[in-house]
Amino acid sequence: MAAEYNQNMEFFVDMQRCIGCHACEMACAECETNGQESMIHIHYVDRAHSVQTTVQVCMHCEDPACANVCPADAITKDSFGVVHTANTSRCIGCSNCVLACPFGVPKKEEKAELMMKCNMCYDRTSAGKKPMCATVCPSGALYYGTREEIRKMRADSDPVQTFKFGNETVRTKVNIMMPKGSTELKVH
Amino acid sequence: MVDGRYLFNNFMAKLPTSVQNIIAQYGPTKAYSPQEGFGGRSEPDKLVKTHCCFCGMQCGIQLKVKSNKVVGFEPWMEFPFNEGRLCPKGVQRYLQNNHPDRILSPLQRIEGKGFEPIDWETAMSRTVSEIRRIQAAYGNDAFAMLSGVSLTNEKSYMIGKFARVALKTANLDYNGRLCMVSAGAGNKKAFGLDRISNSWADLEHAKVIMICGTNVSETFPTLTHYIWQARDNGAKLIVVDPRVTPIARTADLHLPVKPGTDSALYGAMLKILVDNDWLDHDFIDNHTSGFQETIDAVKNYDLSWAEKITGIPAAKIMEAATLWGKASTSFLLHARGIEHHSKGVDNVVGCINLVLATGRIGKPYCGYGTITGQGNGQGGREHGHKCDQLPGNRDITNPEHRKYIAEVWGIEEKEMPGKGLSAYELVEAIHRGEIKGLISICFNPLVSLPNNNMVREALEKLEYFVAIDFFLSETARHADVVMAGSLHEEDEGTVTTAEGRVVRINAAVTPPGNARRDSDIIMELAKRLGAGDKFNFENSEAIFNELRAASKGGTADYYGITYEKIENNMGVFWPCPTLDHPGTPRLWEDRKFKTADGKAHFNAAPYRDPGEITDDEYPIVLTTGRVVSQYLSGSQTRRIGKLLDQYPEPLLEIHPKLAQQYGIKERDLIKVITRRGEAEFPAQLVETIREDTVFIPYHWGGNKSANLLTPGTLDPVSKIPEFKVCACKLVPMGVKSKPAEESNAYQSV
Repeated sequence: MAAEYNQNMEFFVDMQRCIGCHACEMACAECETNGQESMIHIHYVDRAHSVQTTVQVCMHCEDPACANVCPADAITKDSFGVVHTANTSRCIGCSNCVLACPFGVPKKEEKAELMMKCNMCYDRTSAGKKPMCATVCPSGALYYGTREEIRKMRADSDPVQTFKFGNETVRTKVNIMMPKGSTELKVH
Repeated sequence: MVDGRYLFNNFMAKLPTSVQNIIAQYGPTKAYSPQEGFGGRSEPDKLVKTHCCFCGMQCGIQLKVKSNKVVGFEPWMEFPFNEGRLCPKGVQRYLQNNHPDRILSPLQRIEGKGFEPIDWETAMSRTVSEIRRIQAAYGNDAFAMLSGVSLTNEKSYMIGKFARVALKTANLDYNGRLCMVSAGAGNKKAFGLDRISNSWADLEHAKVIMICGTNVSETFPTLTHYIWQARDNGAKLIVVDPRVTPIARTADLHLPVKPGTDSALYGAMLKILVDNDWLDHDFIDNHTSGFQETIDAVKNYDLSWAEKITGIPAAKIMEAATLWGKASTSFLLHARGIEHHSKGVDNVVGCINLVLATGRIGKPYCGYGTITGQGNGQGGREHGHKCDQLPGNRDITNPEHRKYIAEVWGIEEKEMPGKGLSAYELVEAIHRGEIKGLISICFNPLVSLPNNNMVREALEKLEYFVAIDFFLSETARHADVVMAGSLHEEDEGTVTTAEGRVVRINAAVTPPGNARRDSDIIMELAKRLGAGDKFNFENSEAIFNELRAASKGGTADYYGITYEKIENNMGVFWPCPTLDHPGTPRLWEDRKFKTADGKAHFNAAPYRDPGEITDDEYPIVLTTGRVVSQYLSGSQTRRIGKLLDQYPEPLLEIHPKLAQQYGIKERDLIKVITRRGEAEFPAQLVETIREDTVFIPYHWGGNKSANLLTPGTLDPVSKIPEFKVCACKLVPMGVKSKPAEESNAYQSV
């Protein structure tokens, strides 16, 4: 196959552009491997005060807590930096990963007794396509492309991949778009 | 119209059996994909490039087809407008195919039982004999037709011809009457032509974007991308809306206008442009007319007056006028928020006046237009299924236009009926007993027209009602005969997008069971009515080729557009008068406007009140609109499970301060009462709406229909109903609503 996973392509999330339409969730759920469940999640921050929504997708951490705490070695990070969803033959449904993830990403599918999370649409991205959520996103809240492209298009923002949770620093493959000049996001 | 007249009559309306029995058989049923997806999705027989059916953006999409069923979708990355982007309706649109509610054969009403399948011969012969009987007894115009602009250009054209040539009635109108007719009328007054002036490509580079009464991110989600592209390029965004919609939330300036006062805002802004000389004198002097009368009409519209009328702080109005006045390039967009008014046309020309005063049109990155709502809201309003129109956006009262089209159709000009009634007036005429028979396609007036109680009574008065539909809509429940027509993906043709781009709709599958293509049904009826020789079309391209000829020389000139040209160019922008013409993405670069004097016209729009203002009895303003997960009357989208789960039932949006006055808490059940009717909704307390206004989305029918409440007040020019403003009162019912997930509002009981 000519097309393969292109490491120059990155995932960018810009919360302020999210319009809460849920197209990403619905498109994600269409994936054959997801059983009509979405691996990306949209929530109102506080609907009584605002229509602001948040979008949470797996951040694909450099040193993924979910994989580190997995007692069954079901979660692996590949050489491209994609943290894969639990290997179904290994996952024991213990929910360690659900508790450990600083971004609250993995969800345990109770019916299947399995953890499921985003694998950056590996079937698509490894074939030169964009992940489904970032393909359909109508507002640009989710974007998949090169760092050069996004810098050129959005000169007022900078992509951030470093997150401070108290004293803990987490670096991720996925970028969050922040005001120009930002280098990290302090969560606490 | 005597208000209150229909209030308690809705119990008299009769269906052939209980509504529950009808729902049990024909839905709405929530459809979901199987957990593992539909069979064959990973190895489809084909991927069909077509467009989404759910709004005027007409996003490109590929449908996955297996064994003559649509089983999924794949983004179409190459289509230039959306490059794969879709909204939730687009992602889920494939689920309307292969749906359990699909009507698979003609049906007839059986009293006490409901509906039973019949064969096509019975459906056709009964319909033709009823048409003949009613027309013989009451005259040709006593049999009316209602149509809609989710239909392709080909079907829109053919229905216009069918009504005049085969049915021989003047009374044909369409659901575009509820959509953008105010914009069309305003554009014709100002420019002599009805189309957005620029393609979206210009929007990306405009320095000031003003969007007026358009909830872009929920109703045209994929257009949001273009607005953010412009903002990335330095544009300032002004949003005029009574609510903080998702696009308003991050805007540079949000003007929370009181519903029904828009024209006061635009008048005041025009006065500021004049007072500060933020005018393009060269453009005004050489290319426009009516400037002096128009600015005379606003000379007293100072800021304090405007603040009092519109409820927008004066400083914000000044800021908006300053941004607009000083802009180097700009784009003004509006939609139903300013058009659904008894002053819809005034609001539209008020916006156009701001564009003309600054001369920012017909130049790169300078544009203006309405955002057409329906799938083919643009093309469908050009080719003759409006009561006053002939193909090419010609005028049915103009002798030369009549003569030209009569020649194309091969009839005598004097045989062609004249101007008929507009949609709401047509239903009122049914109610008065003047119209006795109705054929409808692509229109669900029992949900989408205002004053639902009157519409329901009217439907029950018809001596014969035949509906062509693919699902049994709320309106079709009242039919005598239902003809099983075709879904979007079961027929082919062209549509014209909101930017004026003519694109191809490709058939993905054939109609299931005994259902037929709409175009085949219309042609068969025409044949049986004795006009078969005028409807002898081999395929949709043959219809399009006749449409091209019929539109030739009109303002909406498609003559130079062919199927091949569309496919080779990912669409062609009309006007395109000759085969070697490339199409016209940007209008007015030549400054040759299509008005009689060749100039763009300013139009004075002195402020007047909306049709109904609040008083002691009805003290609160009610406005209506849409949510992102539903489309129009919901006949399609209220059958798709995930779209319903996202927003299961209509909620009454109310500001906490107003709620406090009534002791209303979150999810309390509230009865909303107007002079037309009443309905109960759960309260949703939000600070994102004006304190004097409540909002209800209108996609639901039955006792959850917002249009039980809305008034039949029409704009005197466009005849659009005033959906966006009326007076209501709130009565808390003293109970909480049951949980949203238990709501069966989608069923329209």
